[in-house]
Amino acid sequence: MSALRFDPIRLPRECEELRKEVRAFLADEIAAGTFNPYQPKREDADAREFAARVGARGWIGMTWPKQYGGHERSFLERYVVTEEMRVANAPVRRFFVADRQSGPILLRYAPEHIKMDILPRICRGELCFAIGMSEPNSGSDLFAAKTRATKTEGGWLINGSKIWTTSAHMADYMIAIFRTSPSTKENRRHGLTQFLVNMKTPGIKVNPIGQITGQKEFNEVVFTDAFVPDDHQLGEIDGAWKQATSELAYERSGPERFLETYYVLTELVRAVGPNPDTRSAEGIGRLVAQLHTMRRMSVSVAGMLQAGKEPVVEASIVKDVGTIWEQQLPHRVRDLAAFVEENAGNRETLENQLTFAMQTAPKLTIQGGTTEVLRGIIARGLGLR
Amino acid sequence: MAEAENIVVATAERIFADLADPQTINHDKDGRWTAPLWRALSEAGLTLAWVGEEFGGAGTDLADGFEIINAAGRFAIAVPLAETLLAGWLLQQGGIASPDGAMTIAPAHPRDRITLDTDGTLSGRARGVPFARTAQHVAVLAEGGDGVSIALVETARLRIDAGLNLANDPSDTVTFDKIMPLACRPAPAGFDATTLMLMGGVARGLQIAGALDRLLAISVNYAGERVAFEKPIGKFQAVQHNLARLAGESAAASAAATSAADAIARAAAFDEAVFLEAAAAKIRCAEAAEKGAAIAHQVHGAIGFTTEHILHRFSLRALAWRDDFGSESHWAVELGKRVAARGADELWPLVASR
Repeated sequence: MSALRFDPIRLPRECEELRKEVRAFLADEIAAGTFNPYQPKREDADAREFAARVGARGWIGMTWPKQYGGHERSFLERYVVTEEMRVANAPVRRFFVADRQSGPILLRYAPEHIKMDILPRICRGELCFAIGMSEPNSGSDLFAAKTRATKTEGGWLINGSKIWTTSAHMADYMIAIFRTSPSTKENRRHGLTQFLVNMKTPGIKVNPIGQITGQKEFNEVVFTDAFVPDDHQLGEIDGAWKQATSELAYERSGPERFLETYYVLTELVRAVGPNPDTRSAEGIGRLVAQLHTMRRMSVSVAGMLQAGKEPVVEASIVKDVGTIWEQQLPHRVRDLAAFVEENAGNRETLENQLTFAMQTAPKLTIQGGTTEVLRGIIARGLGLR
Repeated sequence: MAEAENIVVATAERIFADLADPQTINHDKDGRWTAPLWRALSEAGLTLAWVGEEFGGAGTDLADGFEIINAAGRFAIAVPLAETLLAGWLLQQGGIASPDGAMTIAPAHPRDRITLDTDGTLSGRARGVPFARTAQHVAVLAEGGDGVSIALVETARLRIDAGLNLANDPSDTVTFDKIMPLACRPAPAGFDATTLMLMGGVARGLQIAGALDRLLAISVNYAGERVAFEKPIGKFQAVQHNLARLAGESAAASAAATSAADAIARAAAFDEAVFLEAAAAKIRCAEAAEKGAAIAHQVHGAIGFTTEHILHRFSLRALAWRDDFGSESHWAVELGKRVAARGADELWPLVASR
């Protein structure tokens, strides 16, 4: 077994310039009332114009080829934009999935005319994507997917349903895997094919699902003889599994995988004030040490991606350790906030944030692959499976 | 830092592999292995890696020295290599030549102070000084009327009360009773007790990361060999998940410690960013040691609890190294105070500063 290596990647100078630009942009947006950085709980219904402005700055599709509207910048530059947006609680939901996952899949597997049509629109912040992976009773067990794509004249007919599909209610497109043939005894992964689905296609019904946070971000999506044309097939027939795994490093190692509840730490520091007691100081110190370490690991994986590697195990480790950290963070902050002065100026903000963050916390180790599935991947990387 | 990419580190790894095999060491109850190992390390110039060529050292850069320390952690060797490297580095800061032989550093605990009196003698007490009784010299950081000084003292002139750390390595209390040093020079501007603790803390973090790397490797190996309920225990999902968690802790320790070492190697001074990196590394590595050692023992079952098995050489040292040059609770309080003093809106800019 070769040892795990997380080289101490440093962000190059161009990243620091970019970071300043992003911070100035976000400060302007906050001043204009686009979003409130202290209120992470919100619906993204009005974020369409924000997405267009981010696109206009060149911060969507940053690493993609210029011929498709991309900007041919580095993964480390994209990293900086992602973390600044996340830390500011900017409303990125409308474009983030397309930027992180859907665009790269299209770049790799879509026919040229589809790329020329869709990718520039993603880069301009015009398109919202959803990912059709989980199904009722499948979840992280993708091999169990049953929703069927049946060959017909000029395309495929889709029947079945997807579930837990984030943003499906506002998505223009979904990239989904459907069953095109049964799995074989030798290969349980066989038989799934990836498709690009226009969400305006007749025969698609989106049913919102309420979450315990009070939000409605994910959905059930029901397909009844929904037609997908042949040129919307992505990659090999029956070979989606092979395609999916290499993309997962992007989904699993980014700053969004340990910063989702970060805002409570800032508010704790604000509430505690400049002269903390020993207990508060120690608690904050440990949390900052853990945050810093998570970020160093995550930046290191971004460096591996930049170098053209496929750090599947390292990315899984970042998601496993990172999501457990962001899940524990609000509970730890709650514990430390027990003795915060009654008259701390941000007390109400802190309490509201803690409530929302603790309601959010249970999903963090489920979305994007459960902890248990990730640990299986890590165990495989260690040679145990 | 798994595979050595340069000659200095490759040399260190070869010497460790040849002369510090954990199994051999574990069975050598008389400690006969230490002399040949030390001789080889010394002849290869590794013990004085951080001493400049003008003082007869190897003049190795900081980054390579840190890798030697990390490699020493992977072998969990119980000779004062990291201590001698640190002592040589400290003496170099004061422009003092390093003598041959093993050295250690005082103080090794952030609350201990050694003072330089007007007559040029040293007074004070330092607890938990690693390998004091087996070292020939101590590099000392002393405080006096004119600020901070760096001094070299023969251990023979000191009162040394023997102690042991968690792994049964020497961890002694050293008393300076108006001792005249062999040499004493002012420290460079800005160099203080915190600088020494941060540097020592990063060294211990790298050793912990090295030990965890090895704990993971031997645990995975054992899980593949040991059969229970008719299959290797590594085939059981519960064991796989424990080992995945151990991998996460090992990765976190490695990322934190190597990043801190890199920060020190690149920085012109021990500034705020270095403080964050070094303090965070010691905190996170110590936390990883606690979680990681527990998992490694759990995977090994009863055999890992025996003196016969090599596991304890790594697990107990990883745990023991938490205490030197500031425990995680010490650094957490110091880091938390600094973060609070900077204010809430400066936290993210600090974390994202590189």
